[in-house]
Amino acid sequence: MRIMAQMSMVMNLDKCIGCHTCSVTCKQAWTNRTGTEYVWFNNVETRPGQGYPRTYENQETWEGGWTLTKRGRLQLKAGGRLKNLATIFSSPKMPSIQDYYEPWTYDYETLTNAPLQEHSPVARPMSLISGKDMNIAWSANWDDDLGGSELLAADPVLAKVSDKVKIAYEQTFMFYLPRICEHCLNPSCAASCPSGAIYKRAEDGIVLVDQDKCRGWRKCVTGCPYKKVYFNHKTGKAEKCTFCFPRIEVGLPTVCAETCVGRLRYIGLVLYDADKVLEAATVTDPHDLLESQRSVFLDPFDPVVVREAEAAGIPRDWVLAAQRSPIWALISTYKVALPLHPEYRTMPMVWYIPPLSPVVDVVAETGEDAEAAGNLFAAIDTLRIPVEYLAELFTAGDTAPVTGVLKKLAAMRSYMRDITMGRDGDPSIPEAVGMTTTEMEAMFRLLAIAKYDERYVIPPAHAEQAHNLEELATECGLNYDGGPGMGGSGPFGEGSGAGTPLAVENFRALKDRQTADTSADPASPHARVNLLNWDGRGTPGGLFPRRGEPHDAPPDPPSTGAGTDPGAGTGRRSEADGGTAS
Amino acid sequence: MTSTRDIVLWVVLPYVCLAVFVGGHAWRYRYDKFGWTTRSSQLYESRLLRWGSPLFHFGILAVFAGHVMGLGVPETWTAAVGISEGMYHFMAISIGAVAGLATVVGMALLIYRRRTNGPVFGATTRMDKLMYLMLGLVVALGMWNTIAGSMLHTYGDYDYRLGVSVWLRGIFTFQLHPELMAAAPFSFQAHGAVAMLLFALWPFTRLVHVFSVPFFYLWRPYVVYRSKPERLGARAPRRGWERSERTLR
Ligand code: HEM
Ligand code: SF4
Ligand code: SF4
Repeated sequence: MRIMAQMSMVMNLDKCIGCHTCSVTCKQAWTNRTGTEYVWFNNVETRPGQGYPRTYENQETWEGGWTLTKRGRLQLKAGGRLKNLATIFSSPKMPSIQDYYEPWTYDYETLTNAPLQEHSPVARPMSLISGKDMNIAWSANWDDDLGGSELLAADPVLAKVSDKVKIAYEQTFMFYLPRICEHCLNPSCAASCPSGAIYKRAEDGIVLVDQDKCRGWRKCVTGCPYKKVYFNHKTGKAEKCTFCFPRIEVGLPTVCAETCVGRLRYIGLVLYDADKVLEAATVTDPHDLLESQRSVFLDPFDPVVVREAEAAGIPRDWVLAAQRSPIWALISTYKVALPLHPEYRTMPMVWYIPPLSPVVDVVAETGEDAEAAGNLFAAIDTLRIPVEYLAELFTAGDTAPVTGVLKKLAAMRSYMRDITMGRDGDPSIPEAVGMTTTEMEAMFRLLAIAKYDERYVIPPAHAEQAHNLEELATECGLNYDGGPGMGGSGPFGEGSGAGTPLAVENFRALKDRQTADTSADPASPHARVNLLNWDGRGTPGGLFPRRGEPHDAPPDPPSTGAGTDPGAGTGRRSEADGGTAS
Repeated sequence: MTSTRDIVLWVVLPYVCLAVFVGGHAWRYRYDKFGWTTRSSQLYESRLLRWGSPLFHFGILAVFAGHVMGLGVPETWTAAVGISEGMYHFMAISIGAVAGLATVVGMALLIYRRRTNGPVFGATTRMDKLMYLMLGLVVALGMWNTIAGSMLHTYGDYDYRLGVSVWLRGIFTFQLHPELMAAAPFSFQAHGAVAMLLFALWPFTRLVHVFSVPFFYLWRPYVVYRSKPERLGARAPRRGWERSERTLR
């Protein structure tokens, strides 16, 4: 047994309202630079839909991920090592910028420069790639909210389903699928990198690109079946989602999770046996991949696992965090979370709770009670299209696990309705899906109440303690809490003395922000506002003119920052998206 | 008697270029690992690249192998293993012509693509242009030497393996023969001189990617794991504050 810890995520799709806040905050944090204009480490797709980049799920075209050879061995879909090197001069299956979309800005200057004229001037779109005027024809979420349009014909997942069932207009459904890098246990991006620049961190399983080792061979872009490695066309290096490791290391959730409006993201640890990963990824029948991946995870309550974990150097608080992990609960205890496209055999580690809302919507439209367990169960059994579609996404086409999960969600919905209405819960409902009433209520608490500290169980990395030890020896002696040297300014005034490392400073600022009533508490002498994470609460001194104070210049309204990125779109909530299971 | 001009061109220049080549790479690797990349432009355009890049690369790699043979292996050695002068030249010319043609066609495609595709042209630096100019010159002169010198015998029976090659090997073995280069036909001199300048330019261009050929990929495990460094804290310890070696495992 080679026991390892993996930081992972689960998203509860019923709660996603498609607002794209996660995409925008992620972009602001990580990819608002030249060279990454087209890059969305986090993107939100409307499904059915083509996805971003277009039709990336069609691995016959893009050749991402792994496949089994005739002899039953695991091989990169794009070919073995020799072929990978032989095709290095021009990568055969790399998506072009057009497959993502050509990023643009607007010629805003004409709005202010244009001479006086009869018609108001127009800011024309300009390509950020060629610098020329362009026609906007596609974006990262062009088919946003277009459930049922003709664009859907190109959805590779729908193509698999509608071979069997023709999609009729009245059977239309849609939901949102937010995607980040899966931080796979068997990452094919890393396996495709000729330089070995992409690595998996042994401590927490986060997959990163070493920017100093990447040589721009751009093979990882093909290798990743989720197309979550991007080529920075300015620097000539690959970049990918970092799972916000600087935040995770100090115990904070990723930016996308922190800002998620639906509060649908869960972050926590999973312990797994690294020696069993390859075997699990090699099972012959793709339908078995879900179970084989679950079997790689180790029960953090098992005393043998706890002992082995400590022997492997996993700190005690990490093991405790693995026991409290919402991920372990959702994947292995309640078994309601499913992996995205297990058939790519990368053993992805961002899992999803499939949405019940397409089913609820159909029942509600018939005028029946959409909260009654019986109605929902029947609908799950008869509604083939949404269920088969979800199965193509999450279980390589096997509908049984999907109906199982949907029934659990339906049962929770109707069981908890009785309780919130002040009636006695009907124990036969949880029983029908193989759960006890206590389990059901605990699952409800995790899914519906979803407290911050239950959604995110993130043990900080253990470097920070060591760091404090180091600073004990080198830092200014007055720099204790409340001392005169407080807050990183040394004896010679602001900024003198040893600087506080960025990670520590961010940690303190964010902790303050999360625990204080206002981020700019005027009562605290060292509360300083960092405009970057000012959250609109409080009125930091110096940001606004004091009330009643005469001033010459008209007061500027606080700017919200121009330069909004194109392509982020404005996710509207559709009528059809009314139901949330929890 | 060799003139000063010959000494400068065929003794000083090679060593200066060699020093810049080696020192330049060391400097670049130390201070600009982040810039050490192919700066692939495939994201912008791949229809022309699909043909141009493999043609050029396979061509130039074959040409490089040919140079190692022709310049690095003395005529006496090939003769000793029974390869006659005529046979050697037949092989060199036939394989060389194919490789040379691939290189030229590939490079023409690449340069055409660089010039005509808007985004690719936009991503072309001044260094790229200078590099292509030098590379183009070297390749053109080299082709001329092969066609005029070896095929059409414009320069009579000039055998570069007894001239240029001996001079070049001498640079590395410190047996200097500037007079051999002084006696070579002009186009051979020009090819050599421009090539030396190209090597001096090499570390400062995207050509550094040639030194990152990832052969190791064939042996390494598919998935690379890395641990945080054993050191304490986020920064490297300052001098004098390193931990005692004993406490490190
Ligand atoms: C086996 C060794 C080599 C490998 C693996 C290699 C690989 C590459 C790759 C991946 C690119 C980027 C192509 C793209 O996507 O735009 C590239 C570009 C280039 N390489 Fe190489 N290369 C090698 C050797 C060489 C050599 C020996 C030369 C010339 C002396 C060379 C000259 C170039 C040039 C000029 C470009 C730019 C092409 C353009 O205009 O876009 N390479 N190489
Ligand atoms: S999802 Fe992430 S870890 Fe998995 S192959 Fe793609 S880039 Fe690599
Ligand atoms: S922020 Fe949350 S609710 Fe909004 S699109 Fe992203 S995942 Fe969905």
